[in-house]
Amino acid sequence: MSDNTLLEVKNLKMYFPVTKGLLRKTVANVQAVDDVTFSISKGETLGLVGESGCGKTTVGRCILRLYRPTAGRVIFEGQDISLWPKDKIRPLRRKIQLIFQDPYSSLNPRQSAGDIVGEPLTVHKLVKNNREYRERLGELFRMVGLDPGMQDRVPHEFSGGQRQRIGIARALASNPSFIVCDEPVSALDVSIQAQVINLLQELQEELKLTYLFVAHDLSVVRHISDRVAVMYLGRIVEITDWETLYENPLHPYTKALLSAVPIPDPSLEEKREQIILRGDVPSPMNPPHGCYFHPRCRLATPECSRVKPPLRQIADNHAVACIRV
Amino acid sequence: MAASHLLEVKNLTTEFRIGGSVIRAVDGISYYIDDGEIVGLVGESGCGKSASQLSVLQLIPMPPGNIVSGEAIFQGIDLLDFDPDGEQIRAVRGGKIGLIFQEPMTSLNPVLTIGRQIIETLVLHLHMDRQSARKRAVELIDLMGIPDAKQRIDNYPHQFSGGMRQRIMIAMAVSCNPNLLIADEPTTALDVTTQAQILEILRNMVKAFNTSLLIVTHNLGVVARYAQRIYVMYAGRIVESGTVKDIFDNPCHPYTLGLLKSVPRLDEPKGRKLVPIVGLPPNLGNMPGYCAFWPRCSKRSPACKKKPWPELRLISGQHYTACDYDFDKK
Repeated sequence: MSDNTLLEVKNLKMYFPVTKGLLRKTVANVQAVDDVTFSISKGETLGLVGESGCGKTTVGRCILRLYRPTAGRVIFEGQDISLWPKDKIRPLRRKIQLIFQDPYSSLNPRQSAGDIVGEPLTVHKLVKNNREYRERLGELFRMVGLDPGMQDRVPHEFSGGQRQRIGIARALASNPSFIVCDEPVSALDVSIQAQVINLLQELQEELKLTYLFVAHDLSVVRHISDRVAVMYLGRIVEITDWETLYENPLHPYTKALLSAVPIPDPSLEEKREQIILRGDVPSPMNPPHGCYFHPRCRLATPECSRVKPPLRQIADNHAVACIRV
Repeated sequence: MAASHLLEVKNLTTEFRIGGSVIRAVDGISYYIDDGEIVGLVGESGCGKSASQLSVLQLIPMPPGNIVSGEAIFQGIDLLDFDPDGEQIRAVRGGKIGLIFQEPMTSLNPVLTIGRQIIETLVLHLHMDRQSARKRAVELIDLMGIPDAKQRIDNYPHQFSGGMRQRIMIAMAVSCNPNLLIADEPTTALDVTTQAQILEILRNMVKAFNTSLLIVTHNLGVVARYAQRIYVMYAGRIVESGTVKDIFDNPCHPYTLGLLKSVPRLDEPKGRKLVPIVGLPPNLGNMPGYCAFWPRCSKRSPACKKKPWPELRLISGQHYTACDYDFDKK
């Protein structure tokens, strides 16, 4: 890999055991992430899309080492962090941060906004004295477009968009190089969504940040990402740059996902082909044989139920996991 | 204008009295829906879109809520004349007007099987006996595309996925052959592919039974794909209305324009900067005497502050806007 690679995820697997009985015998595994491989370059945004339960959040949490992966490697700045013990992980979190989905439940309602944002500064001992702390806090507030005079207020005094800004300021406090954004705008109203998306983009430019942008909204992901990975039932089914994703999607699931997203243009909508998927996503506890998507796929052949298709490179920057394309 | 609409709401105003202040959630709105039509009611959270729908069926808790004025003429009868607890309005709710809520988990009773909940509706409104009601319930579940309807009817809500629960809600809403379906954010809690399935089912219901459908949503894409006409709401008022083409091709209210510019589109070239609407929605308890969108408006002028919130004015055909700014002049 080139020197420009910040993060590499190789054959990542995360299984959660399902236990039963007094002896907590493992009776099954939820295969939340099953053999996921990708890499992110410095300054890049990789979008990770998929429906609920497809394992996109779990991937993010494995990178943050909130989970210890079942198998596979997570290589950050050249070091394999996948098996690091807890005491080594904590200093690493200074560099890898997380922005949460729900600005209502992710902030401590009893802490003031200033304390929330300033906590990483004291935890990681990034400031020498009170004066420096105050200065940095003011700087962080201004960076995300909040008035530093609001530091003493508590979360419920802020609107949803402002709370998300507090969450972003907190993530930025420790000067991270990599941020996992887990559905950062899906809980916000449309007019506020755009404010937060623009803020994330401006901060990326200014601070040279790298993002993993996890979301279910394809139009948002496409807007912010350089490359997009589509996940289905714990596996990446297609990964490509933002342009190819819309212009030339190849995997039948990607096509269905794209067609399900309406475009706010009635004349265009009249002409668009709609692919309606049948049924629901199968349980990751008991995924289908072969290609996980074959029971809902339009192109499925008997062979699809036997072969688990590997993610194969079909062009520069375009890989797809389907034997029919 | 046609002599009678299926539902015509006139000057509906609903207020909530909370902590000493009066919040006007719905501020004199008028709209209509005809037979077989799909109409979208668009706006952000707190703009009064749900409150207006609940008011029409008198489902607003009173107090603190209060329907101050207005009419809701449904098939020639004003629904707001009915006693909110009386027999007449109850025959309309779930009978002639079906309701689909956003949260399928919280709107289904978790301790009753879904069959019992659907059968209850049929027995109550259509006076069916239990046996034929059960047969009809199985048909309905089957119609919604849920496999093994005969067995599934005896399952509890938690045994279904979110998308399936929403289909059960729809089965219940359409069970009594309603003339009008009101779907309040029917797909907000669902994944996109499930959203497409659900909306397709609703569209098919409209076609098959000549039902009318009112979709309340914040998603502009959904209305562009499914609706024929749109009402855009802001701070309790309708600020623009018209056919989908009117609204999307020629938006004439700065708020509508702002909404359209602030959402990323799947088909746009990279690098377009989103144009957010600055600021926050107003506090409904403390409204200015002038246009409530003024603080966030990109087309505002000092003159706007000197006059009351403009009434809806006709632009062409069915296209109305509540803004005096001349968009043609540029």
